[in-house]
Amino acid sequence: MVNENLVKDVVKEPYKYGFVTDIETEKIEKGLNEDIIKLISQKKEEPKFLLDFRLKAFKKWQKMKEPDWAALGYKKIDYQDIIYYSAPKQKEKISSLDEVDPKLLETFDKLGIPLTEQKKLTNVAVDAVFDSVSIATTFREELAKHGVIFCSISEAVKNHADLIEKYLGTVVPASDNYFAALNSAVFSDGSFVFIPKGVTCPMDLSSYFRINSGDSGQFERTLIIAEESSSVSYLEGCTAPMFDTNTLHAAVVELIALDDASIKYSTVQNWYAGDEEGIGGIFNFVTKRGKCLGKRSKISWSQVETGSAITWKYPSCLLLGEESVGEFYSVALTNNLQQADTGTKMIHIGPKTKSTIVSKGISAGNSKNSYRGLVKMGTKATGSRNYSQCDSMLIGDQASANTFPYIKSQQPNSEIEHEASTCRISEDQLFYLQSRGIEFEEAVSMMVSGFCRDVFNQLPMEFAAEADKLLALKLEGSVG
Amino acid sequence: MQSKMKESDPILEVENLSASTDNLPILKGVSLTVYPGEIHAIMGRNGCGKSTLSKIIAGHPSYNITNGDIKFLGEHINSLEPEERAQSGIFLGFQYPIEIPGVSNLEFLRVSTNARRKFLNKEELDTFDFEELVKEKLEIVKMDPAFLSRSVNQGFSGGEKKRNEILQMALLEPKIAILDETDSGLDIDALRIVASGIKKISNAQTGIILITHYQRLLDEIKPNYVHVMSDGQIIKTGESDLALELEEKGYEWTDNLIKET
Repeated sequence: MVNENLVKDVVKEPYKYGFVTDIETEKIEKGLNEDIIKLISQKKEEPKFLLDFRLKAFKKWQKMKEPDWAALGYKKIDYQDIIYYSAPKQKEKISSLDEVDPKLLETFDKLGIPLTEQKKLTNVAVDAVFDSVSIATTFREELAKHGVIFCSISEAVKNHADLIEKYLGTVVPASDNYFAALNSAVFSDGSFVFIPKGVTCPMDLSSYFRINSGDSGQFERTLIIAEESSSVSYLEGCTAPMFDTNTLHAAVVELIALDDASIKYSTVQNWYAGDEEGIGGIFNFVTKRGKCLGKRSKISWSQVETGSAITWKYPSCLLLGEESVGEFYSVALTNNLQQADTGTKMIHIGPKTKSTIVSKGISAGNSKNSYRGLVKMGTKATGSRNYSQCDSMLIGDQASANTFPYIKSQQPNSEIEHEASTCRISEDQLFYLQSRGIEFEEAVSMMVSGFCRDVFNQLPMEFAAEADKLLALKLEGSVG
Repeated sequence: MQSKMKESDPILEVENLSASTDNLPILKGVSLTVYPGEIHAIMGRNGCGKSTLSKIIAGHPSYNITNGDIKFLGEHINSLEPEERAQSGIFLGFQYPIEIPGVSNLEFLRVSTNARRKFLNKEELDTFDFEELVKEKLEIVKMDPAFLSRSVNQGFSGGEKKRNEILQMALLEPKIAILDETDSGLDIDALRIVASGIKKISNAQTGIILITHYQRLLDEIKPNYVHVMSDGQIIKTGESDLALELEEKGYEWTDNLIKET
């Protein structure tokens, strides 16, 4: 076909974030055992309750089996061949940004996340995490005036141990699954957010995760607590250099919303996806879960998943509070040999709870993209409702898409609605747009954005534009 | 009158064009020249190659040109992409306009109009200026502005789709418009609106090719030439009365013409 030739002419933009920062790092030896966990805990000067939490998790993990139910195929991970702690060498105590290694600031600058006072983003506070440690958190003082705590989880362990002890592991217990147990044992850093009663967070909060080292895993842990009648919008971004080995990323995110609180959690995931032959790329095994504990509380997940060689991720909501609301809006795009098995779980426990699922999967190249979701209505979930819509778009004829919706209802007085569709970008549609003067790539990206519109509308504004561009970039040269 | 027209250079020259799809020959040596201000009608049975001819001129990737040439404003266009042809002023009105879910009609029209304007070195229009322009053009086809906020052609009736095509033609101001069975699926009133729209948009500098089965469109828009196609060739060319003769005698009459030659 003529199109194929055209596609070959399209210049493929390489992964923009694939550079490595040359910086002296402190790494511990490879492998995982009790001593390693004690060493991590010691390096982080943790209280005893946390070391116990880690060791208990490790014991559980040792008895667990790596899950194999997902529609994913990959080489077995050797957990003894991974470095579990890697940090750029810095002065012992850093009191201001001026003391941060300029190379690190430069790295985040290059990623579009300037951290210095002069250049920092004005409308969003950022926590920047580099390998195993948090480098800097901006706008802390301004946020503190409102009583908002935004810092790295390591700092929170030191300064707000009571909150950590009270909430850590209450949404995703260490025994929840294999990767959550692993994370609980070895997690290094991540973000901590606490929004006090009645406070609407004055700006968006954001964490930016950067993997730099090729042989260490990243195990971040994020905990967000929104007290009564508070609200926050949190954004998460991530990139990694291009290595020809696979790097393991196993994060845990826990959200807790009390009465009338609302948490909006948006992710643009752009870890390195591996090359066209499927060499390298991040293995992304993530457990994200929110607990709508309070009445009328609301947790909303939006995600744009474009990176990683393997994505295994099901941001979920436990709807306990009466009239609480859970939402999941997802765009997952796979190209070349990427594989994604992603979706959500909406567990309706309280009465009159409501959930919405909108999932858009786009598969191009030889990739494999599956939606896997569970909607469960518990015995007390009277008058609860769920609406799910799962659409797949296929680009080319080598890609595959699957939908696995699981529905369990123990409450007859509840409603579950599921819609699904699959479409393909047809040559006729492309020709129609082209015959109106619209360039081939623009035509493809218009159709893909059109397909994702319902989800993009849910993203914070700057994120939506970025997501749009990211998809267009990822798809360059994928249509034949 | 005709000789006066031909003092200017032709807009479109199709020279002995043969083309195939999946190795199946569809066009077998078609020649056609359109000068500014001319309206040509192409008639013929289903499957005679009329639609294929229009798609090839617009650059559809499924067809291979095996022989012959297409020139637009004196330039060879065989190697141009469909979007380049459209930007330079070739417009194809689709027989079955394509539905594009999720893409807003207004945004589609704006991107498309700006692509053409960019080619013409005209200033590209922002959302506000474009909305003014499009409202003015909606008048031509008497279309409800509500159609702008819907997805491209999605859920439009047959008649609404055709009006949307003519709206695009009005916005793009092409040098040549090839309208493939724009009259099919239209009731009498819609046909009149569409026909009067086409007449308003065309002028002494533009050329039009109407592909149709029916005399009723040609009653509204009188062609200078009528071509009859059969089995991938133009077998007879005449003036507007040829269409009347064809309607009266049917395609069997042209079949016999082939046998005679």
